[in-house]
Amino acid sequence: MSKDIRIRKGLNINLVGAAEQTTSKAVTSNVYALNLDDFHGITPKMLVKQGEEVKAGEPLFYNKNKEEMHFVSPVSGELVEIVRGARRRILSLKILADKTQNYVINKVPELDAADGQVIKDFLLQCGGWPFIKQRPYDVIADPDMTPKAIFVSAYTTAPLAADADYILKDKEKELQTAVTALSKLTPGKIHVSIGKSSRSAFANVNGIELHRISGPHPAGLVGTQINKIDPVNKGEVVWTISPQDMVLLGELFLTGKFNAERTVALAGSVVKAPKYYTTKIGAEISTFLYASGVTEERYRLINGDVLTGAKTNTEGYLGFYNNTVTAIPEGDDYELFGWTKPVFNKISTTRALTFSWMMPNKKYDLDTNTNGEHRAFVVTGQYEEVFPMDIYPLQLLKACMVKDLDEMEQLGLYEVAPEDFSLTEFVCISKQPHQQIIREGLDLLQKELG
Amino acid sequence: MKDKLHQLKLKYQGKKMAPAFGAFHTFLYTPNETTHSGAHVRGADDLKRTMNTVIMALVPCLLFGMFNAGYQHYSAINGFPESFSLMDDFLTWKNFLVGITTILPLVIVSYGIGLGIEFLFAVIKGHEVEEGYLVTGMLVPLIVPVDTPLWMLAIAVAFGVVIGKEVFGGTGMNILNPALTIRAFLFFAYPTWMSGDKVWVHGAVERAGTPDAISGETILGSLAQGSDYSYSLSDMFYGFIPGSVGETSTFLILLGALFLMFSKIASWRIIISGVIGSLAMGLIFNGIVDAGWLPEYSKFYTLMSFPYWQHLLVGGLAFGIVFMATDPVTGSQTNRGKWIYGFLIGFLSVMIRVFNPGYPEGVFLAILLMNVFAPTIDHYVVRGNIKKRLRRLKTATIYPKASDEVDSLKTETA
Repeated sequence: MSKDIRIRKGLNINLVGAAEQTTSKAVTSNVYALNLDDFHGITPKMLVKQGEEVKAGEPLFYNKNKEEMHFVSPVSGELVEIVRGARRRILSLKILADKTQNYVINKVPELDAADGQVIKDFLLQCGGWPFIKQRPYDVIADPDMTPKAIFVSAYTTAPLAADADYILKDKEKELQTAVTALSKLTPGKIHVSIGKSSRSAFANVNGIELHRISGPHPAGLVGTQINKIDPVNKGEVVWTISPQDMVLLGELFLTGKFNAERTVALAGSVVKAPKYYTTKIGAEISTFLYASGVTEERYRLINGDVLTGAKTNTEGYLGFYNNTVTAIPEGDDYELFGWTKPVFNKISTTRALTFSWMMPNKKYDLDTNTNGEHRAFVVTGQYEEVFPMDIYPLQLLKACMVKDLDEMEQLGLYEVAPEDFSLTEFVCISKQPHQQIIREGLDLLQKELG
Repeated sequence: MKDKLHQLKLKYQGKKMAPAFGAFHTFLYTPNETTHSGAHVRGADDLKRTMNTVIMALVPCLLFGMFNAGYQHYSAINGFPESFSLMDDFLTWKNFLVGITTILPLVIVSYGIGLGIEFLFAVIKGHEVEEGYLVTGMLVPLIVPVDTPLWMLAIAVAFGVVIGKEVFGGTGMNILNPALTIRAFLFFAYPTWMSGDKVWVHGAVERAGTPDAISGETILGSLAQGSDYSYSLSDMFYGFIPGSVGETSTFLILLGALFLMFSKIASWRIIISGVIGSLAMGLIFNGIVDAGWLPEYSKFYTLMSFPYWQHLLVGGLAFGIVFMATDPVTGSQTNRGKWIYGFLIGFLSVMIRVFNPGYPEGVFLAILLMNVFAPTIDHYVVRGNIKKRLRRLKTATIYPKASDEVDSLKTETA
């Protein structure tokens, strides 16, 4: 029996250019890249030298603080470049793909007989581990910890993001395998949230606690669901994993192969024919971007959705965790009397001569203009309207800014990830960088107490 | 024009005067700034729009104040018209002329001095000129008596902006409402200009002592002296009464309040609870009088027996609750805190009004007092949330770290 959760507070950002639910196969990419920024807080130690050949699923580097944790190559080929930044920090790894792919075939443990440690070792060894993230701190899960529960959100509310129901279609077998494996890692439950009336592949999966969730964004963010189902307390750990990555883990357990293939939504008002593509982690974005076509010369290309994604460009590569690529117009233009004239073409939560409240179903074509300058926090009560967690968002942000560790802890920083503050950032009148503030707060807390 | 200004902006970039130029530039054009981190798209509102919305809500009060200045002036000289007609007696050029010549200078001085100081601080400290003063500058002329000397206002504004705001770090950082700081400075520095029966009508001060002397007492002033007043309820509601420039028309304030609540710029919680608070205090006072606990010769008798709901129609109570208590920077910041904060403002305003022997108005003191206590209210509200989290912690399921045992062994042997 599933449990119903209804989220009242929030805001749906309806944008033009949602991906049509048809999937094409993207042109095979020549070069694949792993962007190290995707693995927050990981210091890489290389296992492969530049110029060496790797198979798909072969470890490229490991985590300096946790040597068993391997990060594997999505494809087979030659490691052609280790891109380094200041102080020789590794920024990304580029692999020139072979024409025919060779996979590492891992020896899969017997799932029913295996205990948690065996599963853990297997995932760490063959590159499946980095898909599991943890709260607190929103980083790759620490394998030494035991989570009280694992949370999966298969409900999509983020603007233009890949629809979970669609990309999980016919993946029941992989999901079931992944659930069976993950359930060995926690004595608690695996909570999966799906849309209220969705026909998700999860509906028939055994061994999970199914929640049916409804309401506006951020109802689909796993952080919101954790807060409503079983919030994180000090000292507790929960793990999260995206359903698409579960499919990859499921396949890893079924076949022993690390198959980096995934379905990606290409969306945004700049894209001529927004739709889904199958491609691989780290593929060149241009391999499918130009297949759909773009309508403008200058635009913002985003690895992820418009609220939480990372800025990239046409030479960029698909991120490790992403299944959405968005292209929206750049907004670096001036607007005459933009601060006072009535606004019909932008989204606002107020009604101060902004009229989006009159047209809740209208789809908007937003650009990247900030619509105002950065200011100190002035207006209050605005974040609470779009922030469904039982947390005081403004007070938590301020605690992070002044680096008050006690207050950060007490106000619930353990429960949140930067993405949970993406909507408050969107509505912020003072144009404060909420996600960055929370990220820095989490890093500080982890450094001091973690 | 757009491109020319853009070139100028690039030219001034990094220079000392850049903030000053930026202030004018962003007034004309929303800047071309794009998102760098976090969310790539942003909502439509910025601080300028927010402040501008409040100003729009204040404009009717300002215009009404101008007409009322003339109306009170001529009525004090010639007597009130016997059959009042809005078009013939109130909305006349004659009245407006008095208003514009007395009140416009107040507005100009308020904005001139205030924004001048803001620009100065922005240039010295190298930050953008912030919009906070836009509303303050409009509020100040509306909450002073019509004949307030300009030099006095200038000093008060300078004091209010520097001590009330800039020393704390500018817009968003201040503890006290700057407009009320200015009002309080005026009140304590120049009390004779802020109270009595001569200051509320234009021309009354200069005519004092001459055969042409006129006067006009506010309703509260009359009540405090135990004397009667000659204004009808509809006069009070629509605002054809003496008082500070913009505070008299409860009707227009009500419209402004509805507009601000609807546009979600002002907190409806503060406004509603402020009204409830003042009604509650008024009811208590009425109850005391009804119960016969107060002898009729008591100097508080007339004010205490004043019908509780009429407190909202006279003096600055309505204006204060709608436009000053709702200042998000100095008010409570939590939703629950706003209920308490607003209620206490209404409650204390009426209490001070009745008990203050020198000056029968308490809104600005009540709001300033609650400004000081707002962080305390928030502190306890937030504590409640923290306590809930601590209670939850008792049932937390914490599993030991796999490496914990090894670590503890190490420390024992070490």
